[in-house]
Amino acid sequence: MPRVGLFIPCYIDQLYPDVGLATVEVLERCGQQVEFPEQQTCCGQPMANTGCTADARPVAELFVRTFAPYDYVVCPSGSCVAMVRQHYHEFFHDDPTYLALRKKTFELTEYLVDVLGLTGWQGRFPYRVGLHQSCHGLRELRLASSSEVVGPSYSKTRQLLGSLDGIEIVTLERPDECCGFGGTFSVNEEAVSCMMGLDRIADHQRATAQVLTAVDMSCLMHLEGLIRRQRTPLAVMHVAQILAGRAVPNVTATTAAGANG
Amino acid sequence: MQVSLPITHPESAAEFTANESRAHWHDQALWFVRVKRDRAARTLNEWEALRALASQIKSHTMSRLGDYLEQFEAQATRRGAIVHWARNADEHNQIVLDILKKHNVHRVAKSKSMLTEECHLNPFLEQHDVTVVDTDLGEWIVQLRQEPPSHIVMPAIHIKKEEVGALFHKHLNTEAGATDATYLAYAARQKLRDVFLAAEAGITGVNFAIAETGGFVVCTNEGNADLGVSLNKLHIACMGIEKLIPRASDLGVFLRLLGRSATGQPITAYSSHFHGPIPGGELHIVLVDNGRSQILDSDEFRGALKCIRCGACMNTCPVYRRSGGHSYHSTIPGPIGSILHPARDAAQHATLPFACSLCASCTDVCPVKINLHEQLLILRSVIAGRKLLSGSKRLAMRLTSFVFQRPRLYAFLGGVGRRVMSIMPRWLVYNRFNPWGRQREMPPTPRQSFRELYRQRRGKDRA
Ligand code: SF4
Repeated sequence: MPRVGLFIPCYIDQLYPDVGLATVEVLERCGQQVEFPEQQTCCGQPMANTGCTADARPVAELFVRTFAPYDYVVCPSGSCVAMVRQHYHEFFHDDPTYLALRKKTFELTEYLVDVLGLTGWQGRFPYRVGLHQSCHGLRELRLASSSEVVGPSYSKTRQLLGSLDGIEIVTLERPDECCGFGGTFSVNEEAVSCMMGLDRIADHQRATAQVLTAVDMSCLMHLEGLIRRQRTPLAVMHVAQILAGRAVPNVTATTAAGANG
Repeated sequence: MQVSLPITHPESAAEFTANESRAHWHDQALWFVRVKRDRAARTLNEWEALRALASQIKSHTMSRLGDYLEQFEAQATRRGAIVHWARNADEHNQIVLDILKKHNVHRVAKSKSMLTEECHLNPFLEQHDVTVVDTDLGEWIVQLRQEPPSHIVMPAIHIKKEEVGALFHKHLNTEAGATDATYLAYAARQKLRDVFLAAEAGITGVNFAIAETGGFVVCTNEGNADLGVSLNKLHIACMGIEKLIPRASDLGVFLRLLGRSATGQPITAYSSHFHGPIPGGELHIVLVDNGRSQILDSDEFRGALKCIRCGACMNTCPVYRRSGGHSYHSTIPGPIGSILHPARDAAQHATLPFACSLCASCTDVCPVKINLHEQLLILRSVIAGRKLLSGSKRLAMRLTSFVFQRPRLYAFLGGVGRRVMSIMPRWLVYNRFNPWGRQREMPPTPRQSFRELYRQRRGKDRA
């Protein structure tokens, strides 16, 4: 039985513990033996994205030390995985420990589909769901095809969600526009960031979504912040929470048939 | 001497978004072009292969740019053109002025060239008693408004047709309140015809210069480049040294990508080829460096010189669409401009690499596969490394790093933070020092962290 190291990013650990628990439950439902190494903190993304590479490095080193012993590393956040997979290179170059870790670090839905080979997920979720494609998962991890690239279209996350009973995944006008979070961008460029977020939410509303979901809690944190301030009637859930069968906060269930008619 | 202070993108962007309906209109207009681009790209099954090929051709060209430039010069000279070399904007402007003076030219019809914009050629020539008219409709509109272009392909994309109506009413005496595009375009056409007829020389940019043949190609949708240089004997073509491609047979790759990426057209309406002067005329080609060889020297940013100026990265950029081209305060705005300008002058353009949510859409859309978002990220570290980040940001990151290196301290402070946040009165959380909270609620502050809950869960499992 492979040992799976759970990587729960700092902000999920501190602010969205249920997303972490849902991730554990989803993995255990697939028979995975998961372990949460307690000395983990953060992947170093906030520092790296601000250009403070020297500050990011020791944090990245801690990450590699912590997770090197595992057979797989799984994380419910595309952008943190992208940090490890795409941006650690400048710290570790061809270091064999890093290169090995790079190959075995996965975003949650990517792990379910690519490593465990799942094509669907059992459960019932009778809601109209808007899937926000988080950029780093999309264009750095290629969890789905991006709208700019010409080629076959696919989405690993959608493949799992779409197989739930009663779910209707709504069609957005802009299938993969950025939500405007962007880490420190959200504070640095507050005006543009919030306008992007509000536009993203409006797209989901026009598509009559009841639940907005994504594989990245950071995008959702930003969108939820706007939704709560505006009192928009839209529930926000991480994909792991939907897969784990969590109840939808404050939204009445409908049948997919009811949704259509 | 006037000292120009670096202008920050966030401030200008906030100003632009403050007019919400206008910002949304701007966003929609550009998104429309992006959608047209998607459709056009999808008509070619070989799109991704073309992109890869174009990227390789450009990489190869950059790897021996000196050789190709010399080959181009030799071939162009053989065809009767006169080739000039300019190290910087000043030299470029002086060369152009000298040519014009020699021919006693006072009126010039110019067709779109971002390079002359970059060199601020117009004000320089005006100072020396030369009138320059930008003959591309959009370019001319911004010229009449006395402002710089806000986009490299659609220079007047930020201007509404009502505003064009008012502008033309003032300058061309069109009917007050006219907004009909055909009517306005016709009025412009009439006026520009006079400009073309009165001009004594034509200046154009260059889209592609071919080393093998010494010829070059100018792409326009209005045919004005041809008019401007065919009606008189003197043609000056100004080009950045990165515009080169090795062979005539490479051209097809780029022409197929350019129009589709720029506007969603299969090809631009006019791809005009110039090989030497017209009979009895003179053709001057000014090759301009102006910081390009500095970029060519750097491993990180060399790839940015592959750019064919299609503007697709601007149209797709969610930040550009909502903040407007002028918010970048640079000749080339958007993702590629946020690389080219700071790569040359980081201090002046320090905020540009941060005017980006790192969504990477630009990288996926770019027809020559420039890794734009990665270069923007690298530029951020260049800026931090040169101490151009604000002191508070540097300190914040240093502290964050300190905490993240110490798991127990991190867990402890996390708990303290959540508890403090949960009891803080609203006014203390939501104030002007907290840009997050201006339009957003703060995230929840759960009583327990994941690691605490996980430990409890494990405890129960074991019990
Ligand atoms: S960087 Fe790429 S997408 Fe942007 S203008 Fe240049 S060629 Fe076009």
